[in-house]
Amino acid sequence: MSTFIQLTLFLGSIVLFTPVLGKYMKKVFSGEKHPLTPVFGWLEKGIYRFCGIDSQEEMNWKRYLVSLLWFNLFGFVIVFALQLTQAWLPLNPAKVGNASWHLALNTAISFTTNTNWQSYSGESTMSYLTQMVGLGVQNFLSAATGFAVLIALMKGLTRSVTQSLGNFWVDLTRAVVYVLLPMAIVFALFLVSQGVVQTFSRYTDVTTLEGVKQVIPLGPAASQIAIKQIGTNGGGFFGANSAHPFENPTPLSNFLEMLALVLIPASLTYTYGLFIGSKKQGWILFGAMLILLCVGLGVSLYAEYAYNPALHIAGSMEGKEVRFGVTNSVIWSTTTSVTSNGSVNAMMDSLSPIAGMVAMFNIMLGEVIFGGIGSGLYGMIAFVILTVFIAGLMVGRTPEYLGKKIESFEVRMALIAVLAPAVCILIFTALAVSTQNGLSALTNKGPHGLSEIMYAFASASGNNGSAFAGLSTNTPFYNVLLSLCMLVGRYAVIIPMLAIAGSMAGKKITPVSAGTFHTDNGMFLILLLAVILIVGGLTFFPALSLGPILEQMLMHTGITF
Amino acid sequence: MKKPLFTAIKILLAFTFLTGVVYPLAITGIAQLIFPHEANGSIVMINGQPRGSELIGQTFNDPRYFSSRPSAGNYNAVPSSASNLGPTSDSLKIMIDNRRQAFIAFNHLPANTVVPNEMATASGSGLDPHISPESAYLQMNRICSVRGYSAAQRQLLQQLIAKHTENAQFGVLGEPRVNVLALNCDLDLLK
Repeated sequence: MSTFIQLTLFLGSIVLFTPVLGKYMKKVFSGEKHPLTPVFGWLEKGIYRFCGIDSQEEMNWKRYLVSLLWFNLFGFVIVFALQLTQAWLPLNPAKVGNASWHLALNTAISFTTNTNWQSYSGESTMSYLTQMVGLGVQNFLSAATGFAVLIALMKGLTRSVTQSLGNFWVDLTRAVVYVLLPMAIVFALFLVSQGVVQTFSRYTDVTTLEGVKQVIPLGPAASQIAIKQIGTNGGGFFGANSAHPFENPTPLSNFLEMLALVLIPASLTYTYGLFIGSKKQGWILFGAMLILLCVGLGVSLYAEYAYNPALHIAGSMEGKEVRFGVTNSVIWSTTTSVTSNGSVNAMMDSLSPIAGMVAMFNIMLGEVIFGGIGSGLYGMIAFVILTVFIAGLMVGRTPEYLGKKIESFEVRMALIAVLAPAVCILIFTALAVSTQNGLSALTNKGPHGLSEIMYAFASASGNNGSAFAGLSTNTPFYNVLLSLCMLVGRYAVIIPMLAIAGSMAGKKITPVSAGTFHTDNGMFLILLLAVILIVGGLTFFPALSLGPILEQMLMHTGITF
Repeated sequence: MKKPLFTAIKILLAFTFLTGVVYPLAITGIAQLIFPHEANGSIVMINGQPRGSELIGQTFNDPRYFSSRPSAGNYNAVPSSASNLGPTSDSLKIMIDNRRQAFIAFNHLPANTVVPNEMATASGSGLDPHISPESAYLQMNRICSVRGYSAAQRQLLQQLIAKHTENAQFGVLGEPRVNVLALNCDLDLLK
């Protein structure tokens, strides 16, 4: 019963806030006046002046892309360099050393691609300076990059016979100044009120009641945790992420952190509806995402509460916190995996096989169930294009979307965006399980070991960043391979989607006629769901059956490894 | 038209200053002003000495105290750690069995007692400050006998557990729980 109430509250809040935030973001990104213009308008203009940006300049898709790539490249360089030199730099009261080259490479790519995969434990590996000026900044900027790509795509879909997709710097700045920063400020202060630490003092030594020395880690955590939740980042300040009492102290902080996981990606569907002039189409995409989320939640909750005959325990609390219990741990694990966030409040590795599989499958579907900021929706639009194309083939007509012809170029690009991450997951998992370097990192034996490895590559390729943390990935082998996956998962989607935006912008809009295939009704919703599930299912079912599905069956015979 | 390369560097510097310096400093300033206790780790002071954090669990081996949950890192907070053992792990199975038996033996409970799940498993952070109210009540007999409590004191202890039981927040969010450190601090004051 309490599970049901908490679920209803959670899902209800998402539905409630989507139009509110969605409408606000529409105003922000189309440059209309909105409540925060008087508050932060000077900041936006100041940034343009400082950087010499002409906010009226229009970019074609290639220039937009090149700007984005330079921006991400320098972001990467800063985070990489900070980690390699942090021991000699200020703001390092815990005296952590420099990171190894492969860890620094992995972490820098991870944070610039909005993945936030962590091969390290924050409190013992990263200095306050690295966390703040490196990782914290990329939490904002990688999310803003996702925003920008989506906004360019929206412009490409709605403009006609033009090259211009807007201005990357303007979209980026507005995302930070009007959306991410204000939300982060409010949320960070709320988190401190709940007990999340925010200080530059060194770690505190205490003597426990039994007289043992305990070191209490501190740091500027709240400011970073706020943006890691809002920005679909997920990289924890502390190793235990949001299971750590200093990262997520109360059930209330937990509820709002869960809501923060999904708020912006969900609201963007409404923004999209407003942009293309059809709220209904926005709600159809929202609906498709919500249905997939609810199915995942239902299956995971059932699996997690069920009796585990291998361990003789039902509703296991291994890897979970008492204040959250099973229900909140499962709502979180499902939501964090769909939204490409990757923060955790319970250890994924210790979830039941099926709950772990749901999280993994959510990622494998391409992070399109709400997904990352921007990336979730532009990934979903790739599926929409495929669906329109397949539907067109079925009835033998030229496929159209929003009045524009979908031609072979768009379909090819959409296919790259959908398949590139999938290829990475399967090939690298196969590589890891067939080498000693790959296998020596495992904590768990049997099919659960395969799940650990597959989850890691799925998480990196889907730019999610959560982990079956039993896998010790801080080795050159994993750090480099996972870096590669993160790059492919990010840019092999961004580049084709911007190319689609560019090509669609150049097309004429055909008026709606009796023969138009409608993309704003239940029929389309069902077709879209079918395409997503068939692509995901056919690609991953064989691999999943050797991991979590096999483990579930063995668990029921009581076998342990 | 400017080269995007230079704009990229400049805007990155601007945002690094804004989101990497101004933002965390401003939040720190405001937090230290409005919520100094929380922002500095909710430290528990006893007789002027820091004895722990309200939010971070501690190990309690002494039978005079309520025990915390098992922890994969033995309540070492740097770094936090979990077992990460999976649902078909043989070591986890053995640990769960052993912890159940140990809990029953340590608290002199009947052999068929159902040990609450959280006392047989380790938390995700390794620092879980809470146990369920049931687990607290199951430990009461042992504490009374070790501390040689009278019937009246036993009554007081029962009230103390009730006082430290936090129910679901607003009646709906999260689970009922007892903060072990807070309970043990008050336990020491019980006359």
